[in-house]
Amino acid sequence: MSSIAAPPPGAAAAPPPSPAPAPRPEKGVRPRSARDLADRFFRGGARGAGVTVLAIMVAVGLFLSLQATDAVREAGWSFFTTEEWAPGAGGFGIAAVLFGTVMIALVAITIAVPLALGTALYISEYAPRGLKQTLVNAVDLMAAVPSVVYGLWGLFLLQPYLMVEGEQGNGIPRWLSTWFGWIPIFRVDGVNRDDPLSTASVYTSSTLIAGIVVAMMVTPIACSVMREVFDQAPIGEREGAYALGATRWGMIRAVVLPFGRGGIIGGTMLGLGRALGETIGVYMIISPIFEVQWQILENGAISISSLIALRYGDASPFGMSALMAAGMTLFLVTLVVNFTASTIVARSRSGAESEV
Amino acid sequence: MTTEQISDRRAAAVHPTAPAQPAPATARATAATTRRTVLPAVDRPHDAPAAPPTRRATGGLDRDDLILRLGSAAASLSLTALLFGRILPFDGWQGFLVVAGLLFLGIYAVLVMQEEDGPAVRDRVMAAVIQAIAAVLLICLGMVIVFTVARGWEALSHLNFFTQDMGPAGPLDPLSVGGIQHAIVGTLIQISIALAITIPLGITCAVFLGEVGGRFARFVRTIAEAMTALPSIVAGLFVYALFITTLGLERSGLAASMAITVMMLPIVIRAADVVLRLVPGNLREASLALGASQWRTVWHVVLPTARSGLTTSVILGTARGVGETSPVLLTAGSSLVLNLDPARNPMISLPLAAYEFTRSPEPTMIARGFGTAATLMVLVLVLFVFARILGGRGAGQLSRRQQRRAARASQRDVERFRLRGQAPASPSRPAAAPADR
Repeated sequence: MSSIAAPPPGAAAAPPPSPAPAPRPEKGVRPRSARDLADRFFRGGARGAGVTVLAIMVAVGLFLSLQATDAVREAGWSFFTTEEWAPGAGGFGIAAVLFGTVMIALVAITIAVPLALGTALYISEYAPRGLKQTLVNAVDLMAAVPSVVYGLWGLFLLQPYLMVEGEQGNGIPRWLSTWFGWIPIFRVDGVNRDDPLSTASVYTSSTLIAGIVVAMMVTPIACSVMREVFDQAPIGEREGAYALGATRWGMIRAVVLPFGRGGIIGGTMLGLGRALGETIGVYMIISPIFEVQWQILENGAISISSLIALRYGDASPFGMSALMAAGMTLFLVTLVVNFTASTIVARSRSGAESEV
Repeated sequence: MTTEQISDRRAAAVHPTAPAQPAPATARATAATTRRTVLPAVDRPHDAPAAPPTRRATGGLDRDDLILRLGSAAASLSLTALLFGRILPFDGWQGFLVVAGLLFLGIYAVLVMQEEDGPAVRDRVMAAVIQAIAAVLLICLGMVIVFTVARGWEALSHLNFFTQDMGPAGPLDPLSVGGIQHAIVGTLIQISIALAITIPLGITCAVFLGEVGGRFARFVRTIAEAMTALPSIVAGLFVYALFITTLGLERSGLAASMAITVMMLPIVIRAADVVLRLVPGNLREASLALGASQWRTVWHVVLPTARSGLTTSVILGTARGVGETSPVLLTAGSSLVLNLDPARNPMISLPLAAYEFTRSPEPTMIARGFGTAATLMVLVLVLFVFARILGGRGAGQLSRRQQRRAARASQRDVERFRLRGQAPASPSRPAAAPADR
């Protein structure tokens, strides 16, 4: 009885589960397969876009290096040590142009970092609350101003009126070279302060003036990265510092600056990357020379990007290849700088939001 | 005589004691109530406990500080004028400003030191330094904008500047002939082609980075981030190598827009990627939990939520792309006449036109260059304002109009459900209810 009674419940219990799983896949298979198909298309399409972008980016490096091989094979290691640029006729190398690029970028960064740091601190710590958003917008807008506008400002206002004024070249470069000429980078050859016939032209088109123009372009970018990071300094730690009796500057030194160190370094590096690659602002200001120029106040400077803008027009195929090699060098240098910057910003406590 | 006596007597009545002695005491007392540190504990010991603890002001510029600063400024200006004019053989107003600024800081520090101790002095001096730095930067920004518009105003005030190209105008012609129509049109054509490639490709790539993920996506993200560093001239050089050297095409607007695309793409991808990461994950989960497929989730939930941020990323990329000179310099060449065909013949853009105009020594050409630069700046400004209006809110935060629209939609839904509950559902309900039983 019990053995007879036992099987029916077991049999009755067994069939319901067995039909239940059977229709469920059947019910689920069609929609799920359609869904799978659509999703597979979606993922495939998205991955395709990713591959395309990757391909474009790889192509940039590939084409530049392919085109550059001719020149680099011809020049060999002297490519890195030669100062002149005469492909076809004589030697050519990036010693002078790379040095000039780095020099202009360093001058720019030296000016830009205090400006950016101060402005970022002002916006995040000192500005009245009502004014803050306006200032943020103003600085961001400054980052969006085209570089040719800064170039025009540098060429027509900064150089003739703010820096090198009048026949004698009165202004900060002359002042610096007169009183600080004993420091090698401030030396200007061939001028005598008391010579009434001295002309302003020794001081124009210098690394310093190009550097100031580039500084104007990179300051807003560095500033906005720094401000983003400063804004995220934890409020509890700020209040803690105040509660312990710190002044505002004491609070900034104890909380905001240590917290924002990653942002400060990252913003600086980002600005440096931009400064290395800046073309038209530098090209409008400088008068090109092809030698290693230590003296930042003296007429004459060069950078890789302005070299390309200067020489691409009348370049032979071989000359073009040499320019490609120079461009490739610039590309690699900015790549290294930017990688470092993004690593540092990402490693600080706030990476994702620090967006230019 | 009598009047003097009366006034003397009056003075004596008002100030019964000698007027010279109490005056500093009251001055010090008032100073003690307004300042924090100098407490006249010896003078009025019984007042000290009665005074309630005042809240420490950490911000703002109080009156004493303002007076100190004005005084320091006056002192430093006078001292610098003396140094420059009489004592030292310096000249030039630029050096004057530098010396005056440094002297100001020194004098201000010394003055503050009279009343405050070390940390407070450092605080006040650093506040002055930081405010001065911010002022310098903002003045520079204002100078750049005002200078460009002022120098270009002469050209901008001629209406033909916007409606003609430079074809009929020679280098010596006045501003009433010729304009930058060709450059405006060229910029618009180039940026349109660049956007037609950048928007779909860039946003799909950002969706790939954010929604699909995986090791390959991380690799693409790294490469795209590295490419934001790509100097614009290298982008131009790449397109020059590909289109003109390798494929043998001529310089054209198409080549320029390719160069602009290469430059804009990483910027747009990176900004869009950040925006997509801000979309709350529970929105995605809710959509997936309702049975939507992944692409439906992305298309109907993620992208609409991030719409304003995505628009901002595109506009910011556009603003950068519009303003770049050097890629166009290498790839498009320069022309003086209107060219509507992006595939053939040189096509100039606004930044390149500004650059070309100002290379000329003629004042009218330079004015045209500044007018072009001002036009370009206005274009970028308009784009930027659009980006701010659209992108001021985070993902999912609706504007008031959008909120009203959402409220209306849900009102309609309520109405629909009510109607469904009344009329068409009533015949089916009795049928369904017994079946359940």
